[in-house]
Amino acid sequence: MKTKRAMILVSNDPESIRLGANEVVQHLNEALASYDLQDEVDVSTISDVGYSNILPLVIVYPDTVVYGPVKASDARYLVEEHLYKGRVVNDLLAPPKALTGPIGFLRGHKGYNPAEQRVVLERAGRIDPESIEEFISANGYEALGKALSELTPEGVIEIIEKSGLQGRGGAGFPTGRKWRFVRGAKGEKKYVVCNADESEPGTFKDRLVLEGDPHLIIEAMVIAGYAIGADEGYIYIRGEYGLAYQHLETAIAQAKEYGFLGDNIFGTDFCFNIHVHAGAGAYVCGEETALIESIEGKRGEPRSRPPYPTTNGLWDKPTLVNNVETLANIPPILRNGADWYKSLGTPSSPGTKVYTIMGNVNFRGVIEVPMGITLREVINIYAKGMKPGSILKLAQTGGSSGSIIPADLQDTPMDFESFRKAGVSLGSGALLICDQHTCIVDLVKVLLQFFRFESCGKCTPCRVGAQRIYEITKRLTQGQGEIADLDIALDLISEMERTSNCGLGQTAGTAFRGMMTHFREEVEAHILNRVCPTGVCSMDPETAQSDYIFITQEK
Amino acid sequence: MINLKINGKEVQVPEGTTVLQAAGQVGVTIPTLCNHPDLHATGGCRICVVDVKGWRTPMASCTLPASEGMEVETHSPAILKSRKTILELLLANHPRDCLTCDVGGSCELQDLSYEYQVQVPEWGTKGTRYIADSDPNPFVRVDMNRCIQCTRCVRACTEIQGRFVWTMAERGFDTHPVPGADTDMLDARCESCGACVAYCPTGALSDKMSYGQGRTHQVKKVMTTCTFCGVGCQFELNVKDGRVIRVTSTEEAPVNGNHLCVKGRYGYDFIHHPDRLVKPKVRRYLIEGKKKKTKGKPWEWVETDWDTALDLAARKLHDVRTNFGADSIGVLTSAKCTNEENYVMNKFARQVLGTNNIDHCARL
Amino acid sequence: MSALIESDVAALVQAAIEKHGRNPDAFIPILSEVNHVFGHVPGDAFREISRQLNIEGGRVNVVESQLYGLASFYDMISTKPRGRHVIKFCENAPCHVVGGKAVWDTLQETLNLKNGETTPDSKWTLVTTSCLGLCSVGPVLLVDDDMYGNVTPEQVTDILERYE
Repeated sequence: MKTKRAMILVSNDPESIRLGANEVVQHLNEALASYDLQDEVDVSTISDVGYSNILPLVIVYPDTVVYGPVKASDARYLVEEHLYKGRVVNDLLAPPKALTGPIGFLRGHKGYNPAEQRVVLERAGRIDPESIEEFISANGYEALGKALSELTPEGVIEIIEKSGLQGRGGAGFPTGRKWRFVRGAKGEKKYVVCNADESEPGTFKDRLVLEGDPHLIIEAMVIAGYAIGADEGYIYIRGEYGLAYQHLETAIAQAKEYGFLGDNIFGTDFCFNIHVHAGAGAYVCGEETALIESIEGKRGEPRSRPPYPTTNGLWDKPTLVNNVETLANIPPILRNGADWYKSLGTPSSPGTKVYTIMGNVNFRGVIEVPMGITLREVINIYAKGMKPGSILKLAQTGGSSGSIIPADLQDTPMDFESFRKAGVSLGSGALLICDQHTCIVDLVKVLLQFFRFESCGKCTPCRVGAQRIYEITKRLTQGQGEIADLDIALDLISEMERTSNCGLGQTAGTAFRGMMTHFREEVEAHILNRVCPTGVCSMDPETAQSDYIFITQEK
Repeated sequence: MINLKINGKEVQVPEGTTVLQAAGQVGVTIPTLCNHPDLHATGGCRICVVDVKGWRTPMASCTLPASEGMEVETHSPAILKSRKTILELLLANHPRDCLTCDVGGSCELQDLSYEYQVQVPEWGTKGTRYIADSDPNPFVRVDMNRCIQCTRCVRACTEIQGRFVWTMAERGFDTHPVPGADTDMLDARCESCGACVAYCPTGALSDKMSYGQGRTHQVKKVMTTCTFCGVGCQFELNVKDGRVIRVTSTEEAPVNGNHLCVKGRYGYDFIHHPDRLVKPKVRRYLIEGKKKKTKGKPWEWVETDWDTALDLAARKLHDVRTNFGADSIGVLTSAKCTNEENYVMNKFARQVLGTNNIDHCARL
Repeated sequence: MSALIESDVAALVQAAIEKHGRNPDAFIPILSEVNHVFGHVPGDAFREISRQLNIEGGRVNVVESQLYGLASFYDMISTKPRGRHVIKFCENAPCHVVGGKAVWDTLQETLNLKNGETTPDSKWTLVTTSCLGLCSVGPVLLVDDDMYGNVTPEQVTDILERYE
């Protein structure tokens, strides 16, 4: 590798590309060539770093100066000033307030920006995701080397068990125990499946990992394969994630070339191959058995369990299904040890958690923080407070299936244990922050609309129940609600929780229930006074139209 | 063997038995809709949920494998309530046309609603979403408004008939079976065997030829063997007012169970057809004892009684055998006859006629 | 379907099978490829895919009904013809609370379309979609493969004018 004196990174997430990131790269290269700097300065790209207002973002290393937003027409001036003359271009600097995370840290705004602890997103946004060399130089594949050369499969599982890592897909099942189940399952052929069907509305953490650090997942899957005795893996990635799919394909080809994947990995007898399988738009495929059905070329309808995938999974073979974020924790744990991992987070929920923050706050994006921080901390520190004029009304955690948290619960520590006690679910880590202008009924209607659209239709409670609760909620927004409807809905929801085949139906009514627990008065205003207190709902029976076109039968 | 308790009763079953099957062993009937013993279980309708000690939620007993030490409650108050809710959900967008529905009285949804005393709920989708009698298939009447998405038609077509005509299309509340790529049944390779009709628990799929002609409780069912071929399928002729209005298959048929082909299930219209021969006919010149003539109408068929016809046949056979020898006669029997009938013909050819010239149409 | 398109489908299906293989795990990727090229999966394509998968060397047996069941299940595959440009609007809560509904109403008004409809000139099809994972820049809409974030109702006309 030639020695370069500087490197320029340009963000190339979809939003940056739309705003001209590719042109910026092109103009930077031209400008460098015209100053004869092309051998000294490298231009590369980074994926989504979780910023929205300052794209496209340009970072100049080693000075770690962050510019943004940068237009193609700025490129020549930037190269001339910063790289030729060595002066920082103040006009183009990204506003310090917009920066957080590792970039914010490097920029030297300590004390202003809160401390993030990036384990899962350690490299995302800091390396070129399409370069295996950059991954390796950032400790990449070190954990795999350690596992294959120093540890037995049993030893790997012991470390994972000891670390206390819990599945980050939402349920929080101990990862080490799951690995042990699959390792102990009867059968010669086993599979590792990475669940990258991240479809929970408001969740895009896995996309950042897959786009920004695809090798991390490959490394983790090979380790998992070694530990459980599998030689084949699938990454089921949702169809909407085109860029992540490309980066994974590139990464797999590179890893094969370098001998980290394929036959005789690291010169050992161990062989492992990975297929990337793109979904085609179905939320329910995030459920592990639906995901397996989908890989097998079937409709993504969840299976009846037991038996579980750990014994009867893909092609009826024992299968380990882990979420992207869960897998992303594996290499750091092996590199740094179980004790290091346990030192992060809370005793019952070790490690960090990636949250995606959305809604009426000043900063929308992704953060990775230790388990157990509170919602108040997230909003006031990481999200830089509510938007001007906004007051926190409620937050929803964990996407559409998650819980409604009213403002007065914002001091509950966010970890699996405390949330379970408070009767709310941490879910996927999505945090939707809503202000006083949000009508709870309208919000719940939108959430239920999602479930009736995404229900697979296999089991009766979910297929019909989701439609019924949606209709009841919709009637509330149109001023046609009845008090009796509320009890019917709550009753239906508890039956859906009991009898649905999978988590989708079981959690579809969570938000409705939360609404009734915390915002009953507001709901009743819609019925008794025929008024929407926030003025969001139309309350107009005229707008009441059926979602279905009914057919008049010819006699 | 696995030991478990169902409603407090000890039961021992072999490994791989489902809780539903185990319950059957001790005389406990768990209601089912999507499940059918002939078909692969899916656990979709959820009507068969039972409480299992140690599980957070009730489990579908049709797919739940029995395991050692399991304690199952099949009819607890909470379970009964869950079943009622599921039935309400199924009825909420089911047409209120039980009065005119062909399968009224033999509808599994109706029977369960009766058993659980479920009222059609007020909330629900008013109106119908699909065209009634939507498929041009001459034998199968399709009315998706009555469908409860149990997928039995899809599985029957796939697992029993192997034609893959039906598939579940769309998802969520819009899920419903369609033939092929949403075309009509015949275009989707349908052979009109009617297996989907036989397995449909409601009136979504019914027999078109007999639609409106009589319900199950109005007919007398007569078990018979199919006359179309030698397989020996059995089925029930549904007789109303002395007429066969429909054929239904039954699991009691030892050879074929619920399975029939298009001829067996729908090829019964010959029974009351005006063209059908119900008495023997012979040539006029034979009955008049004359020689063959080419003028006039001596070749005409005339109706006669069995004795006359059989006497004529016997006399003619005897004449041929006397004049030209037994080997001048050949016997060809039919695949539409039973084994017993074919056996008798064999005896007749070899021992009565004295020839080995006997063959069977199945060899052709 | 015209003869030209018919041969196109056959060639496309053949290429997709070569790329994704003949095992059941290739069904959805093959359907996705056909959908990507034609904007939807035409009725005859189901038969063509099943025909090609079942001939020589085919380890699987699949018929058009099964493929149709798949295609109609997955949201990204359409079984009905769509316009030249498809607008997918994210209707989920994260986009909704930051002003998504106003954008959606404007879209419906501007195009005079309701969810799932296509303009008479077959230029636009308007559909809602579930979360696209771009919540940090919501409200989000997708025109064909182009993503637009932080969309305001005022920008709708401007965005639509970019397409022929």
